[in-house]
Amino acid sequence: MFTLRDKYAIAGIGETAYTKNSGTTVLNLAVEACQKAADDAGVPVEEIDGIISYNFGDSVPAIGVATALGIPNAGYAVDFAGGGNAANLITLTAAAAIEAGLAKSVLCFRAMNGRSGFRLGGGREFQARGITQYTAPFGWITYPQAMAMWCRRHMIEYGTTAEQLGSVAVTFRENASLNERAMQRERITMDDYMASRFIVEPFRMLDICLESDGACAVLVTKAEHARDLKHKPVYIMGGAYGGGPNQGEDLFDAIRWPDHSQNYAAYIADDLWRSAGVGPSDVDVAEIYDCFTYSVIMQLEGFGFCKPGEGGPFVASGAIKRDGSLPLNTHGGLLSEAYIHGLNHVLEAVRQLRGDAGPRQIADAEIALTTAGAMTCGSAMVLRA
Amino acid sequence: MNDFSKPVPVADSDSAPFWEGCRAHRLMIQRCGSCKTPRFPPMRTCPKCHSTETEWFKASGRGTVYSWIVVQHPVPREVYGQDVPYVVALIDLEEGVRMVSNIIGLDPHAISGNMPVEVTFEEGQGGVVLPKFKPREA
Repeated sequence: MFTLRDKYAIAGIGETAYTKNSGTTVLNLAVEACQKAADDAGVPVEEIDGIISYNFGDSVPAIGVATALGIPNAGYAVDFAGGGNAANLITLTAAAAIEAGLAKSVLCFRAMNGRSGFRLGGGREFQARGITQYTAPFGWITYPQAMAMWCRRHMIEYGTTAEQLGSVAVTFRENASLNERAMQRERITMDDYMASRFIVEPFRMLDICLESDGACAVLVTKAEHARDLKHKPVYIMGGAYGGGPNQGEDLFDAIRWPDHSQNYAAYIADDLWRSAGVGPSDVDVAEIYDCFTYSVIMQLEGFGFCKPGEGGPFVASGAIKRDGSLPLNTHGGLLSEAYIHGLNHVLEAVRQLRGDAGPRQIADAEIALTTAGAMTCGSAMVLRA
Repeated sequence: MNDFSKPVPVADSDSAPFWEGCRAHRLMIQRCGSCKTPRFPPMRTCPKCHSTETEWFKASGRGTVYSWIVVQHPVPREVYGQDVPYVVALIDLEEGVRMVSNIIGLDPHAISGNMPVEVTFEEGQGGVVLPKFKPREA
């Protein structure tokens, strides 16, 4: 369990524009976001000595970004092999590294040309070796195809409906309409959702997140260090990373997972809340990993905001709107702001807790949840102002 | 359509009996030689008792639909464009293992959760024979 409650803070945030075609390299995107995070904190990059990122072979090495930034000695430079599960993990790991004396301040970034460059959702021609010999020959290849299988199981078990999925898409787009950085800002209705074409049933186009070029970064320091910097610190209360049994080698190999109607959240929730010393009812705003509409429902159940099977009615009730009991994805999420693999969720939580979210600000937001992951493993943090 | 651009399963030291079985229209499943627990995919060591004794048996071919999807948007289009809509499903075999396959021989929208199915073998490209599933009487 993460045992560093309130000892570490996010002192700075930075990001590039989110676009379909950045027109520049992933390295340049990473450097821009990291430089902005350092500037936002008021920490000269020369004083930064740690940098950590995550990737699917679609990014640049952390040490390369440190070099380009002119960091003289990045003694702690780590690349984590992972995707949507990792956004909070790298931030928690940054705190752990500082606690262990490996660094004093750590940049955490994610950078990608996810639309103009390496498209994660694309299928590829290949010989199906290893674990993929049992999955790809049947035409089961893309991320939406993988997640749709989980969604269908939830429908079988609990009767979850298309309209319930649609309420997630409509709500997050409404939030994005207030976010000048969001790639998709045009409001949609439930009719628009129902009319959007099926990509892989039960998923329509509007159930599936964007593909984006962009980068974002946060700077983690000790809390007492952060208190001397430019912004009010956002404290890391608690966090957790992990999943359940039989995760397999990849998201298709997860066929041995015990119950596809519940994901990693159910397995890490106890650790998360215990580490933070608060519970679901204390959360003022939550930024939930939404690579698909459905992943939100599974996480709300797993983290204890509602009971298993009640996620569909919960999202359809209006509870997740800005004026509801649990405002979600106030920036529009991966569905409507951008797909920066969940690190953009952490930035939005920081803005909400600083009171800097402009027209999207949730009044008196003091405690925020950020999550990352959709299937067998993931990570989450509880942050506070 | 150029069938050969589809992912071709490449057998390895663990999976060879599975794919050889498919070519003979037999659904072969591995189990632990010690504790007899069936497992899929095949591998050398039993995750339950850690024995490396393995044996193979012919499964009944009967199972139920744990979950399924209907692929409407082909990715990539040049490979799957003529196949859509097609169904990918997770099949729970009655022997207690789960596998990925396609359900064929019925309207995709006639599929329901936990529906009974049975194996059938389909010749694919390059001499590969894939185990697929069709509806059966319960």
